[in-house]
Amino acid sequence: MTPSKTLDGNSHDSGPLFFRDRDWHPAAYTPGYKTSMTRAPHRALVALSSTLSEQTGPAFGHDMIGERDNNLIVNFTGQPAIGERIIMHGRVLDENGRGIPDVLVEIWQANAGGRYRHKKDGYLAPLDPNFGGCGRTISGPDGSYEFLTVRPGAYPWPNHVNNWRPMHIHVSVFGTGFGQRLITQMYFEGDPLIAKCPIVNTIGQQKAIEALVAPLDMNRAIPMDCLAYRFDIVLRGRRQSFFENRKEGM
Amino acid sequence: MQRLDYLKESPSQTAGPYVHIGLTPNKLGNDGIYPVDLGESPVSDGAKGRPITIIGTVRDGAGMILRDALIESWQADADGIFPGHDPRGKADPNVSGWARIIADFDSGEWMLKTIMPGRVPFHDGRPMAPHVSLWVVARGINLGLQTRIYFEGEDNESCPVLQRIEHRDRVRTLIAKRTGDGEYRFDIVLQGENETVFFDL
Ligand SMILES: [Fe+3]
Repeated sequence: MTPSKTLDGNSHDSGPLFFRDRDWHPAAYTPGYKTSMTRAPHRALVALSSTLSEQTGPAFGHDMIGERDNNLIVNFTGQPAIGERIIMHGRVLDENGRGIPDVLVEIWQANAGGRYRHKKDGYLAPLDPNFGGCGRTISGPDGSYEFLTVRPGAYPWPNHVNNWRPMHIHVSVFGTGFGQRLITQMYFEGDPLIAKCPIVNTIGQQKAIEALVAPLDMNRAIPMDCLAYRFDIVLRGRRQSFFENRKEGM
Repeated sequence: MQRLDYLKESPSQTAGPYVHIGLTPNKLGNDGIYPVDLGESPVSDGAKGRPITIIGTVRDGAGMILRDALIESWQADADGIFPGHDPRGKADPNVSGWARIIADFDSGEWMLKTIMPGRVPFHDGRPMAPHVSLWVVARGINLGLQTRIYFEGEDNESCPVLQRIEHRDRVRTLIAKRTGDGEYRFDIVLQGENETVFFDL
């Protein structure tokens, strides 16, 4: 992709990043989610405008993606996984509302019973021999992406004695700058466990939580095949101004 | 009044305990989905520059070494040019600049083999000292932490980013210790005494 130039010569792919709204993100120290208590920095972050080190970032090619990488139903053994078949789709956008093409989106999740394929997960729901639990894709020219998968089950986790994670898919996404790097989770419309989840509730604002809940999208569902959920992912925007990048002392 | 119609960044959520399923499935033992894990090395054979190895750990506020941390690194080539979209030009084709590094499942130690990056200009054109940018995620980390590795023996005093750190005794938490020829140690402390400086950049 050739980066387009703005008036000041900054390309859309390398201009300064919008400042992060840290009240919108979860705080680092959130006692309701116990593990955060010893892993949260206590000192203030050192705040600076982004530099070239954050404005640039790794690039990935469509050629590195295998044909079945975004099909979690068959990408483990070739035989179909068990569960409710769903399409997860949406766009990767920046805060200016522009689709971001050619960026890597990776997902991972539990199987339909709520069990992860991980040596540390001892939940009594069985592994599905045909479900690996990860997928990846690269966004299209308008920032769009899609996965075919099964709806993950809710599962219990050790925090308070009876905490359950709502159904969720973990999402890792790259922008064009390393400072846009983000991991988040997608939740499903109507799940009553969302409101009860201490990890969801690390986010302080209800509107921000809602930004992670994917609505059922019947326009994208395939009759007699699968349902669909739409999940747009928004990354930090980039600034564009004549008045940026003053030399020292000006 | 008109309305600002900016979108809001998607709020972060923790990577959780099973991040390796998604990002390094082969290292976890879930092979057969992808031929290789991404980000095995930020450089390939023939990369210009001084080879270096950095070894470290990630420790929590109770002094426990994390076994489940995942780190990504990003850096310039030996001339200070970033691969990909750097507006100043093309980087060394043997430098991808990016690596995905996991703590060893048993010892918690992580390792990055790369080349010493060149100096990159700050906003005002002054050079920043050579550094590797890091992004650290794990269970219990609600929003990925941004920090940088600087290197003992380089001209760190003149770096405009390091100069902005008000508590001067904390600058040392960003400087990897030389342990041998081209070998460095960089331990990340998430909380408490010797807490690493994390940035909002
Ligand atoms: Fe999970």
